[in-house]
Amino acid sequence: MSAETEPAVHPVAADAERVRLHAEGVRVGYGDAVVVGGADGLDLDVVAGTVTAVIGPNGCGKSTLLRTLARLLAPRHGHVLLDGRRLDSVPSREVATVLGVLPQDPTAPEGITVADLVARGRHPHQRWFRQWSREDEGAVAEALDWTDMAGFAGRTLDTLSGGQRQRVWISMALAQGTEVLLLDEPTTFLDLAHQVDVLQLVERLHRERGRTVVMVLHDLNLAARYAQRLVAMHRGEIAVAGTPHEVLTEQTVRDVFGLEARVVPDPVAGTPMVVPMGRVGTDKTH
Amino acid sequence: MSAPTRTATGVSGRRPLRAGPVSAVWRPRGAALVLVAAAVLVLVGAISIGRGDYPISVGDVLRVLAGGGSRGETFVVTQLRLPRVLCGALVGAALGVAGAITQGVARNPLTSPDVLGVTDGAAVAALAVLVLGGTGGSAVGILVALGLPLAALVGGLLAATLVVVLAYRQGLDAFRFILVGLGISVALVSVTSWLLVLANIQQAGLAMVWLRGSLNARGWEHVVPVAVVLAVAVPIAVALAFRLDALDLGDDTARGLGVRVDRSRVLLLGLAVVLAASATAAAGPIRFVALVVPQVSLRLAGGSRPPLVASAVVGALLVVGGDLVARTVLGGEVPVGVVTVVLGAPYLLYLLVRRTRKDSA
Repeated sequence: MSAETEPAVHPVAADAERVRLHAEGVRVGYGDAVVVGGADGLDLDVVAGTVTAVIGPNGCGKSTLLRTLARLLAPRHGHVLLDGRRLDSVPSREVATVLGVLPQDPTAPEGITVADLVARGRHPHQRWFRQWSREDEGAVAEALDWTDMAGFAGRTLDTLSGGQRQRVWISMALAQGTEVLLLDEPTTFLDLAHQVDVLQLVERLHRERGRTVVMVLHDLNLAARYAQRLVAMHRGEIAVAGTPHEVLTEQTVRDVFGLEARVVPDPVAGTPMVVPMGRVGTDKTH
Repeated sequence: MSAPTRTATGVSGRRPLRAGPVSAVWRPRGAALVLVAAAVLVLVGAISIGRGDYPISVGDVLRVLAGGGSRGETFVVTQLRLPRVLCGALVGAALGVAGAITQGVARNPLTSPDVLGVTDGAAVAALAVLVLGGTGGSAVGILVALGLPLAALVGGLLAATLVVVLAYRQGLDAFRFILVGLGISVALVSVTSWLLVLANIQQAGLAMVWLRGSLNARGWEHVVPVAVVLAVAVPIAVALAFRLDALDLGDDTARGLGVRVDRSRVLLLGLAVVLAASATAAAGPIRFVALVVPQVSLRLAGGSRPPLVASAVVGALLVVGGDLVARTVLGGEVPVGVVTVVLGAPYLLYLLVRRTRKDSA
């Protein structure tokens, strides 16, 4: 709760309540329009060692919020704190050793190999004269291993399937070795099996490595299943935030998505599962 | 906390090269390209030095360059012929590196410093000196006082600065600077044409030779400035090019990796512009070198981005070789720029066709 007054905690001993990322009265916009934050600005805490999923309809500002947390966008008002320090007061390179981000649609140069791409995640730890230290090599080998992509190290990215490519990008983010990871729609363009694949990776990261993850997700059921905390956004503001059970109610789904739905327990995990019936105001038996 | 059961050692395709705090990835193809191209460059350079009214064999040229040989041969080689070849090599190297940087920043194989207006800006300034030099307005007076090479340098730098300033809108977007650069270049080309119309026949002749890019009558005074610029700019470029590894992945990813994207781009393009403008100041606009060399080097060395050092050596080889072809095969004093255009234009077409095919596929 009181992250600012807390002394720097050793990362391994991070207690469950330590706030890693904190948005304070944040308002973000493009041009004249305020996209995120509404009238009073948006507040958000991301607690150490949790997986948070940001959900909401198209255009509600999910990605804008994530990009602001990742310092890819500068807020007009308010600020984002990483471990109690304002993001815009810490050198970007230093931030990059603690906070990693995987954008929605990253581009790779033509003909790059998997190993070379993953190695670029080491950039914040490197200098122009130190581009492949033992630590770099170890981190890249481990990241490839972790995502089961070691066998593809020598392949070029364009020879891989969409699901494999996404694993490579996640490897790159892993090689960066940051304790906090922001993922912008990591499952888009993937079929269901590969979506689950990616989310299981995220779950392992959280469980086995204690990483803090914030991700934007479209699929509510998967979000409820793989995140401990949901943040539902509506028109640039946080409508509800809390555990999946607190957030995924029939009321929220109606208010935020404009969707009539039943919410039942997921038969496998027991997390709430949304069964859509139809748009608000249309015939439900349709 | 799980220590991986299979202790992952080594990453396929990335063999380390380490000495103390310095480390890099061993890239055998890139290293081989640099060595082979350098060897061929020395050979072609020696052949070129040997050609002339007083022919000298390649062996004798190499002996003189190594410090031996007769006094007469030493004079011919070091005072008369070496500066021309050296000037060509340095100009080619500068253009190669400038092209590799520009294409790396733009992430587009069809860009070169020409697109930044460097060449056409230099051309306008040079022609102003040649054509209006006698009449003298105040601006032209300053250019004339600088002399032709410096005037060309200033013209190139000014045009490129204009392009970057006009293209900068909350950051430097690659696509926008290419478009703005094309627009500025077209405007500058029409100024060049206007100056040619104003010129008398003798001035026009001089102008046309300069506009094709030539190594004729180049002495040590042309060599030294380019050598100094290269000695300063290439190490900086090699250090800065490290940031291209992140910039390659798009703005968001690069920022996520802690790179100051716009600052890095401006610095890198600034270096490319200085290199290209000094090359143009020394030899006139030798076109297509900066466009073709990085792509050829990339194909030969492999990898995902034009290699800097290899582009320097291959660029030197192309200009020195082109000059040799111009003097021997075509005969007389054909400017080297004619050869590079003849080689470069089909290559540009090939790149365009290949790209359009890929886009429509």
